[in-house]
Amino acid sequence: MKRAKTYASILTVAVAMGATSVWADADEDQLVVNGEIEMITEAAAAEHLEYVDTVYSGWRFRSDETQAFQMDDFDNPAMIFVEKAQEVWDTVDGSEGKACASCHEDVESLKGVRAVYPKWNESAGEVRTLEMQVNDCRENQMGAKPWKYTGGDMANMVALISSVSRGLPISVAIDGPAQETWEKGKEIYYTRYGQLELSCANCHEDNYGNMIRADHLSQGQINGFPTYRLKNTKLNSVHARFKGCVRDTRAQTFSPGSDEFIALELYVASRGNGLSVEGPSVRN
Amino acid sequence: MKRALGVAAVLVASVVSAQGSEITPSDVVYEDGAVVQSLTGVAGNAEEGAKIMNKGAGNCIACHEVTALSHLPFHGEVGPMLDGAADRWSEAELRGIVANAKMMFDGTVMPSFYKTDGFVRLGNAYTGKAHEGDVDPLLTAQQIEDVVAYLMTLTDE
Ligand code: HEC
Ligand code: HEC
Repeated sequence: MKRAKTYASILTVAVAMGATSVWADADEDQLVVNGEIEMITEAAAAEHLEYVDTVYSGWRFRSDETQAFQMDDFDNPAMIFVEKAQEVWDTVDGSEGKACASCHEDVESLKGVRAVYPKWNESAGEVRTLEMQVNDCRENQMGAKPWKYTGGDMANMVALISSVSRGLPISVAIDGPAQETWEKGKEIYYTRYGQLELSCANCHEDNYGNMIRADHLSQGQINGFPTYRLKNTKLNSVHARFKGCVRDTRAQTFSPGSDEFIALELYVASRGNGLSVEGPSVRN
Repeated sequence: MKRALGVAAVLVASVVSAQGSEITPSDVVYEDGAVVQSLTGVAGNAEEGAKIMNKGAGNCIACHEVTALSHLPFHGEVGPMLDGAADRWSEAELRGIVANAKMMFDGTVMPSFYKTDGFVRLGNAYTGKAHEGDVDPLLTAQQIEDVVAYLMTLTDE
């Protein structure tokens, strides 16, 4: 009796959705930046994804107006921060009298790097995010102070390093020594946190394409990070976004740079394997 | 002697609840996901319920569309549209769904509004900090009754 009723209500629901709702998945728009960098915003899901066939960049879920900001570097407000980082790149800092450029010359030499991070570092015996690697260079190569994990200097530099990889497909390794961290990240992704008992998957896997209040849910991909958000007019780093999403479940968050968020970043990055590096992107 | 005392205590307890004392979250009885007994013994106020649908701890329209509330902006699509909910569900079933939807729909994303334990990394509201001390449910017993009274107005027929 109750079962029958439940099925009936599901049917009603299906009809109602088809008839009245503006339910929309990713749109059909194509992203070409500066008329030359062709972005892969839709790709067949990597084999390790069990419940999703196709992965989409968050860009495909934004309004045409928001999308337009990212199509040309002159319109992309994040590029001001990339320029700032370019200056820092060439500026000596720390006890060793070095700048980033002293070791890496042109930032173009780091093309491809963003696409493979987070990455296992053999000598350190750990999975490293790009932020961790930047701070490792600052501390151990330059003798400079590490930057705050989600601070402006760091976000700017990560944006600069990402920008030279734009268009290249994300290809994060999840096997070998990285696997344990990846498994841990996966577990976090599917854990229902907080008083609302919501996991990342509840919103970004089960409900992408749906509206939640005024927000059009994307797959929560991180290929576009750092993201410039029109809402707070600054660059936002991956771990800051994770923190916000966990907080919104009425949960105690993890800290940026924590082992948990490093593992989660590796896992979420791997869910975007095949999509182009887009950072710095523009979101609402 | 001891036995008689026990019976008396039970009698007193049931008299109190009949007079309108609240059923605590851990004492709610679910039968097939439904909750027959009012959580407060005080009839719900549909007008108050409509407010809870919109903002604050209820925020139901974050996930549900309700035509009768179409003057309010931004209804979500995560849950089914609630038009006609009272035709599909009895009052007891609606009370159960609002109090703890996971009893009716296994594994649903709908939050449990009258529940105080079993959370992972419970935070202090939306601060991102750890919760300390006693846990309040998302909605009070009377707010649940108010929302149920509102849902009972959602009829198509
Ligand atoms: C209650 C719903 C909800 C939960 C749970 C949630 N998010 Fe989000 N998330 C959102 C909304 C809304 C946005 C903004 C719209 C969008 O891009 O999807 C967002 C955006 C994001 C973005 C930015 C995507 C982009 O293209 O800029 C990332 C990354 C993200 N979430 C990751 C996560 C991760 C990882 C978790 C779990 C730790 C998580 N989210 C949990 C609602 C949620
Ligand atoms: C995070 C999303 C979310 C929120 C917030 C939410 N719900 Fe739901 N609700 C759902 C989903 C999803 C379902 C479908 C049940 C399932 O998972 O199969 C549902 C089902 C229901 C149903 C049964 C629908 C039908 O007609 O068959 C009712 C009634 C309901 N919700 C009422 C409410 C009320 C009242 C509130 C606020 C106090 C609320 N919901 C908040 C997601 C949500």
